Amino acid sequence: MIEVRELTKSYGPTIAVNQVTFDAHAGEVLGFLGPNGAGKTTTMRILTCYLSADRGSATVAGYDVFEESVEVRKHIGYLPESAPLYTDMGVIEYLNFMTQVRHLPKSQRKERTRAVIDICGLEDVIQKDIGELSKGYRQRVGLAQSLIHDPPILILDEPTSGLDPSQIIEIRNLIKDIGKEKLVLFSTHILPEVSATCSRILIINDGKIVANGTPDELSSQAKGEDTVHIAIRAPQDAIEAKLDTLAFVSQWNHVKTDDGVVGYKITAEQGSDAAEALFHVVVENGWSLTELRQESVDLEDVFLNLTVREQE
Amino acid sequence: MAGFRIAQIKVGESCSIARKRAHAYKLPSAYKQEIMTNITAILKKEFRSYFNSPIAYIFITFFLGISSWFFFRSFFLVNQAEMRGFFGLMPWIFLFFIPAVTMKLWAEEKKLGTVEILMTLPIRDYEVVVGKYLASFALLAVTVLLSLVIPLSVSYLGDPDGGTLIGGYIGLLLMGGAYLAIGLFASTLTENQIIAFIFGITTCFVLLIIGEDIVLFNTPNWLFPIFSYLGLGAHYSSILRGVLDSRDIIYYLSVIGFFLYLSALSVESRKWR
Ligand SMILES: Nc1ncnc2c1ncn2[C@@H]1O[C@H](COP(=O)(O)OP(=O)(O)OP(=O)(O)O)[C@@H](O)[C@H]1O
Ligand SMILES: [Mg+2]
Repeated sequence: MIEVRELTKSYGPTIAVNQVTFDAHAGEVLGFLGPNGAGKTTTMRILTCYLSADRGSATVAGYDVFEESVEVRKHIGYLPESAPLYTDMGVIEYLNFMTQVRHLPKSQRKERTRAVIDICGLEDVIQKDIGELSKGYRQRVGLAQSLIHDPPILILDEPTSGLDPSQIIEIRNLIKDIGKEKLVLFSTHILPEVSATCSRILIINDGKIVANGTPDELSSQAKGEDTVHIAIRAPQDAIEAKLDTLAFVSQWNHVKTDDGVVGYKITAEQGSDAAEALFHVVVENGWSLTELRQESVDLEDVFLNLTVREQE
Repeated sequence: MAGFRIAQIKVGESCSIARKRAHAYKLPSAYKQEIMTNITAILKKEFRSYFNSPIAYIFITFFLGISSWFFFRSFFLVNQAEMRGFFGLMPWIFLFFIPAVTMKLWAEEKKLGTVEILMTLPIRDYEVVVGKYLASFALLAVTVLLSLVIPLSVSYLGDPDGGTLIGGYIGLLLMGGAYLAIGLFASTLTENQIIAFIFGITTCFVLLIIGEDIVLFNTPNWLFPIFSYLGLGAHYSSILRGVLDSRDIIYYLSVIGFFLYLSALSVESRKWR
């Protein structure tokens, strides 16, 4: 639904987006992750036809972003960073305006307004002016605005910023829900958010895409090796002799011996299902297992590895 | 009684040409409908937002206050009910009020960042420009309409000159309309409303005085016809004399069209910066 090819955009000497290429399809939740100034907002602004690119192409819902921008805009809902809204309008008045410019048929306007009020939890503030709302409620009104025409593509720039923890969870669930049938592209700085919500992650740094994959793929790519913590009740010599014969074990370290239980930290080749294999080894030898834990690589490490700029 | 005549525009003829043209290019009616919906939605939103802030009330009150004061003063001093002084003053009063009406139209959107949602809606740039312009024009029209109280009392107190009156009001709307387009353009250039205001006043001022005798007296000969044609004031005073010449109307419509076009360009230029 979104196809981006070698998109490049500079502000004067700053290259904000540099040769960005990616695809996205319906049924995906795509997380856009990157440090401040990485180019997330700029990329989204190009996709929503707010800005033009210097080079490259992008199609959204089959329409060219530069040539058929009105068609593109009909197919997306967009929540810009920090949810800019008309502070002098009432919440209902604002949503009403949106139903008009989104060309909803008169018969559906009430119904859709009702629906987004329910979805975004705006019931308590419908009487108020937007200027009176707290940051979190403004964010929700912004989200409501982007959903009002039930768009097939949703582009959200930091949708959870300024929300309270329970609302964050609600929004994440909402995003997941929408992402079952539609395409959601959202940006964030918060790592747990992407692993909790996204089916795919794009990590962008200095305007370039540095990683593109599912959260699991990215975690394993980062290290290329898995770490297993294991503790076995058995003679130490026997265990170590056995470990030396196992092909997938690239390294083992004795960690502790405690009351006849011997603990090891084992480094295994990536994707070898080391934990399972070790379990079978233990069973075959009639030993007893007291601990078995495969360490999943933290996404945080991946992110830092990919985005920390090389010093010197 | 001063003459009041419309220079010969063959209204019937030009309409039928326009109709044939429209037929030849034939916009699909759904498309026309869409343009109308967009423009109306923007117009309504902007017009309402004038009344959500004090600006509309201040504009209307001041305008009515000043205009009635000038009118009644001349009435009691000279014991003569006439509108000429009122109409003569309007270019100068509008100079301050109209840029104040238009300054927020784009500057505020930029400041708040709402322009990012607005311009990513499925609306063409020019539709937003026209919608916003029409909203400001509607405010002007309402205000000018309210000030009709004065000529009505003129007709009660004395014998009004119908030609001057109708001409004056049409002139007022045309000149105000030109100022509005200039102010709207000024507002697209900055996110600071004060700067938009000052820039609007300056541009209107230059265009107003450019056709005045003092200025013309000092301009080189080859610039003379250009300046005297471009001056906002000269066209206005010829309308005030009760002569509604199609050339003056075309002049005002061109100024409005030109600045709306510049506004649309300026709004679009965000994409390339
Ligand atoms: N209007 C602008 N004029 C000049 N430079 C800009 C402009 N907008 C963005 N930039 C620059 O472009 C680069 C990318 O900015 P962008 O806003 O896309 O980053 P981001 O990933 O959204 O960052 P953040 O996480 O802080 O929102 C930055 O270096 C920024 O300074
Ligand atoms: Mg950003």
